[in-house]
Amino acid sequence: MQKIGVFVCWCGSNIAGTVDVEAVSEAMKSVPGVVYSANYQYMCSAAGQKLIADAIHEHHLDGIVVASCSPRMHENTFRKTAEAAGLNPYMVEIANIREQCSWIHKDKEEGTAKAIVLARTAVAKLLHNKPLQAGTSAVTKRALVIGGGIAGIQTALDVADAGYEVDIVEQRPTIGGRMAQLDKTFPTLDCSACILTPKMVEASQNEKINIISYAKVEKVDGFVGNFKATIRKKARFVDETKCTGCSLCMSKCPSKKGKDEFNMEMNNRPAIYIPFAQAIPNVAVIDPEQCLKLKTGKCGLCEKVCTAGAINYKQQDELIEREYGAIVVATGFKPIDPSPLNEYGYADNADVITSLELERLMNAAGPTKGTLLRPSDLQHPHEIVFIQCVGSRCDENTKRGKPYCSKICCMYTAKHAMLIRDKYPDTKVHVFYIDVRTPGKNFDEFYRRAVEQYGVDYIKGMVGKVAKEGDKLMVRGSDLINNQQVEIAADLVVLATAIEPDPTARSIGTMLTASMDTNDFFTEAHAKLRPVESPTAGIFLSGVAQGPKDVPETVAQASAAAAKVIGLLAKDHLVTNPCVAYSNELLCNGCSQCEKVCPYGAITYIEKEVRGPGVREVRRIAQVNPAVCQGCGACTVTCPSGAMDLKGFANKQIMAEVDAICL
Amino acid sequence: MENHVQMLTETALRISGVNPQKCMKCGKCSGTCPSYDAMEYHPHQFVAMVEKGQIEKLMESDSIYMCLSCMACVERCPRGVEPGKLVEAVRLMKIRQQDQNRKNGNDIAAFADENVPQQLLMAAMRKYRK
Repeated sequence: MQKIGVFVCWCGSNIAGTVDVEAVSEAMKSVPGVVYSANYQYMCSAAGQKLIADAIHEHHLDGIVVASCSPRMHENTFRKTAEAAGLNPYMVEIANIREQCSWIHKDKEEGTAKAIVLARTAVAKLLHNKPLQAGTSAVTKRALVIGGGIAGIQTALDVADAGYEVDIVEQRPTIGGRMAQLDKTFPTLDCSACILTPKMVEASQNEKINIISYAKVEKVDGFVGNFKATIRKKARFVDETKCTGCSLCMSKCPSKKGKDEFNMEMNNRPAIYIPFAQAIPNVAVIDPEQCLKLKTGKCGLCEKVCTAGAINYKQQDELIEREYGAIVVATGFKPIDPSPLNEYGYADNADVITSLELERLMNAAGPTKGTLLRPSDLQHPHEIVFIQCVGSRCDENTKRGKPYCSKICCMYTAKHAMLIRDKYPDTKVHVFYIDVRTPGKNFDEFYRRAVEQYGVDYIKGMVGKVAKEGDKLMVRGSDLINNQQVEIAADLVVLATAIEPDPTARSIGTMLTASMDTNDFFTEAHAKLRPVESPTAGIFLSGVAQGPKDVPETVAQASAAAAKVIGLLAKDHLVTNPCVAYSNELLCNGCSQCEKVCPYGAITYIEKEVRGPGVREVRRIAQVNPAVCQGCGACTVTCPSGAMDLKGFANKQIMAEVDAICL
Repeated sequence: MENHVQMLTETALRISGVNPQKCMKCGKCSGTCPSYDAMEYHPHQFVAMVEKGQIEKLMESDSIYMCLSCMACVERCPRGVEPGKLVEAVRLMKIRQQDQNRKNGNDIAAFADENVPQQLLMAAMRKYRK
């Protein structure tokens, strides 16, 4: 028979106000197994903990029940108390008589009766507890950052600053991401490249940071502290170690039909190209779809002009296998394609453009060298209409777009409108809006400046139709404040398109078993208290991959994710939670149900010789990796043969609790 | 009186199947509407007024006949509110109340001349048939 001690906490008047704590501790004395029972004003205080420790020694207790607040609050406190007093920390059970009893009851008699039942239930479970030993696993002191935009760069810089190695895997030929495509940033209007490219250079020069560009993560195995990733580095057909970035090849390349992705495909680029002047790595890449040499075998001009001898038409994809302790998802976003919303005429009119296309049209490195010219005839537009919320804030059943607010559009539209009015005062600028949402430091002031100082015409209402008439775009919309329908003959229409996660996000989420919402944004472990961690241990979230956000927010989150990564990598060993699932190999029938329901990928099936009474054969059985298992218990309730059980929460323990309640 | 208003509102919502609370007041319906200038109450106002129980005002307004039932507002509403169906519902309520149409189905043929498209005649026949 075990010797159990019960400790009832008053929590000041929090519990004692509604529960007769004296009666509870008295009632517990007659419960089988209980040899000691006491109550105290604040059990979590130093004096309270001493009371527990003394009782453990004096009465040789081998298990304790603390009837107090939620285990989320103080379970760890009391486990430490027990451990210090020589007890296994998993021989501690908490009866929650505060949140689940005193706080929700008014009648003291009822409250007391319920507290007794809850304490008795904890004792019933404790009688079946077994001492558990927390294991440890080593930590590989290197982080993998997927995505080399501002989010990934900032996380990598901060992690490297703490002294750990970081690999950035970027799918495009250069890091920089979306921010590199922006002309100016709100609300300060500093040049985006001027603040981003120094960070790109810093990342490339940091000896702890290894940039693997034009690559994708193909496979990830393992668990927190011990991930193993396979990275496919695509063939660029240019030797990265030799290319000097002189761009002579670009000017000589006869194939000029490639679409310039960096300029939102508004102009062409050669088959061999460097995405933009400040690209990192500043190394050319050959587009195999456009290269004459690779397609027909005839040409080879770039090889002839390259003084560094960097061109290699026979280069193959390279597979890199590396181990990591932590993985950061910084996969970013793309604007949606507004073509299906045909009332805006985006697909049919060159002069209906997206906001990101406008960024390129206004940028000195863009297709028009920074002079705002409309795409159809390269004329200066004198009347411009901006349309907000294109594909954002839609009812999902309408299939017209995303259900969420894309968050950044109100501010960048105010920025565009202001910049245009500043540079071209002869241009009229109208903005159709539903709401102007500007929460953020100096954000509303920024928007007001667009209206009050720059005379931007904000129209409360939406656009119903954009139609081409001659060389004008007739924009018809509602003006709800003036209660009229308006028609504007515009030269250029700019759509503030919704943003969505990068198309690679879903497959990366699946690969990492990191949960995502229905919009393919990564889910955080806790919406408020753990916003930069995925529920999957060792996976961290940075930037728009987690939800729409602007540059300052992205940088803040990126640094927060880095802090979490550093906290993990700083440990030599991880203490694993011993409350994990395990499979009774004699009962396991190899059905794979548990493997399918496991959200963490902790269960694998192995062929193993099973030995038992009258049994000796090779069977396919489930095996749980205790370092990956989070102890959620999904497998234990799924298992049809009762082979799966959870340490610390065994089926037997749960049933004993149920019996104790129903007594 | 209050019961009467409530009954009218419920009828309009039942016939149309519209939930005006889904509206985010963006005005896309009114920005789209080809009959906007001919209407005293515009599509977005139909949604707001039904929500506020002002059905009788709508029933008495010529706006319900000015709607072409082109359903562009239904097609383009980002929230799936379907204002056009609400206009139709109020119009039906008026017709059922009077037990007669604004125009007689037999008179439609008289409108036909070379400028009137066939489609319009067909639609009118359908709309005003007994």
